[in-house]
Amino acid sequence: MPPLVELKDVYKIYKMGDSEVHALDGISLTINKGEFVAIIGKSGSGKSTCMNIIGCLDVATHGTYKLNGKDISNYTDDELAEVRNKMLGFIFQQYNLLPKLTLLENVALPLLYAGLSDEEQKERALASLEKVGLKEKAKNLPSQLSGGQQQRASIARALAGHPSVILADEPTGALDSRTGREVMNFLQQLHREGNTIVLITHDNSIAAQAERVVRITDGKIVYDGPAEGDEIVSKQEKAGAGE
Amino acid sequence: MAMATIWASKVRSFLTMLGIIIGIAAVIILVSLMGGLTQQLTDMFDDLGTNTIQVAIMSRAETKKVDPDEMYEFLDENKDLFEDVSPNISVSGTIKCGTENESGTATGVSEGYADMKRLTVEQGRFIQYSDIMNISKVCVIGTYQEQNFFGKGNALGQTLKINGTVYTVVGVLEEKEDSTSGSGDDAIYIPYSTAIKMNKNSTVSSYILTAVDEDRITETTAVLKQFLNQKIGDEDYYQVISMKEMIDQMTTMMNSMQTVLVCIAGISLLVGGIGIMNIMLVSVTERTREIGIRKSLGAKQKNIMMQFVIEAGTVSCIGGVIGIIFGSLVSIGAGKLLLDSLIAPSVVSIIVAFTVSVAIGIGFGYLPAKKAAQLNPIDALRYD
Repeated sequence: MPPLVELKDVYKIYKMGDSEVHALDGISLTINKGEFVAIIGKSGSGKSTCMNIIGCLDVATHGTYKLNGKDISNYTDDELAEVRNKMLGFIFQQYNLLPKLTLLENVALPLLYAGLSDEEQKERALASLEKVGLKEKAKNLPSQLSGGQQQRASIARALAGHPSVILADEPTGALDSRTGREVMNFLQQLHREGNTIVLITHDNSIAAQAERVVRITDGKIVYDGPAEGDEIVSKQEKAGAGE
Repeated sequence: MAMATIWASKVRSFLTMLGIIIGIAAVIILVSLMGGLTQQLTDMFDDLGTNTIQVAIMSRAETKKVDPDEMYEFLDENKDLFEDVSPNISVSGTIKCGTENESGTATGVSEGYADMKRLTVEQGRFIQYSDIMNISKVCVIGTYQEQNFFGKGNALGQTLKINGTVYTVVGVLEEKEDSTSGSGDDAIYIPYSTAIKMNKNSTVSSYILTAVDEDRITETTAVLKQFLNQKIGDEDYYQVISMKEMIDQMTTMMNSMQTVLVCIAGISLLVGGIGIMNIMLVSVTERTREIGIRKSLGAKQKNIMMQFVIEAGTVSCIGGVIGIIFGSLVSIGAGKLLLDSLIAPSVVSIIVAFTVSVAIGIGFGYLPAKKAAQLNPIDALRYD
């Protein structure tokens, strides 16, 4: 079975006037099914670009990206949309729920674009909301919920389409530490259930909760291995344990 | 979903629709009023008889004339084309009855004139063939003369003087308008033979003919002109006017006027369409983030396109419907007020107006929708 995500020698180069900025400078990364990977880096390190490429929101300048064994480097805009719809679930820092739609409608949105029937959309969206414990709030608007609840709703939306990979971009960034922990616990639970999760963060203590850490600095991978092996992460973890 | 978005910004949506509302209403009002006006004019001409042809002879020379006997002979030779003919001789002067005295005109006609002009005799009879043969001094009057000179119902058998000659009233026509002076009810008809005598045996310079088939009016007038040419020799000395041709000319004129007016109203529709495009472009910019979210969840370009095109289409559709209702009400009201008749806005103009408004929404919504669909998902997600 091919690896789920396979980046090989991926470059992302932005032209700024005469100079070139290498947001990603030759990254090779393989993620297998069922892994819980944290991509960690400071702001400007290229981790967001990396997540955009894994999430098929952006395409690499050079290099190949195989998702589930298929090279998607030359896909059109619409083909990428279909890949995002079928294989990827996004969790954003700002939740990105549509404010004028109810939770149910928000969660059903990827299913709508997948072309499911109305009943099927509703059934699966409700099941997904139930999973995050928000079934009673299905008719509410996002603005009527707390930040933690909104983030759970966005997780429900990411799960609704049964994606192969869940991409979480700073999922706790806008939450206080308690609700942030709740969300992380939830992601770990999803991982235990067999989901593949890619977490993007700048926060070492968050990254420490993943199985595997990939550290990116200046567009290059400087560490790739178990969370305990990363110097800074393990130091952070020890400091956290010592408290 | 589109309705919800429109409802969420009611004022803006209404202002956007306003251009379409005004444009569609203007088109409907203009088409209805012009239609009503044309109908009214056509009806008016229809009352005068669409199959009538008038001949005017403008020559005093003895050699260039057509007398009634020659005209009747011509009619007999062309029975397939012409139904009837009547000389039309005006005798102006004073009309006197008892102490009443006024200036007026009596018209010398044949016995067939009443049928040709669709006149109905209410009391008594019309001019008859024997009156013409005998050069009788009898007259048929309209309700104006009846009421003015004799009082209602008292005219038959009474006499009045035209230029000093005593005439007996043998018939009173049915009231057509309001029995006032100068209206269709102000008329005195006398036998044409008597009129010729009154005019000191002058030549007859005006005839009215009726065609058998108004669809063959061109052929009919051609035959008539040929006859007159042969009689008079020079077409500068006579004139042939057919009602049918006049109506056709008028209708053509009204139609081209209507086209011009509708084109002008169409400009406001165009402006309305540009208004929709403008607002949709603003809406796309405002909702860049929403578009980014939708695209990240797997919305294809056509999904985003559809969303915005349907929204623009719905706005202009609602605008169109409001415009149609408003336009119809105004044209019915204006029809009552201006033309004093009930004007129903034509179904065709309503269907066309509705189609045009939908087309404008889709047409002018297309560009903003395309812009939205082609947004790059990451740029759109980053947008604040």
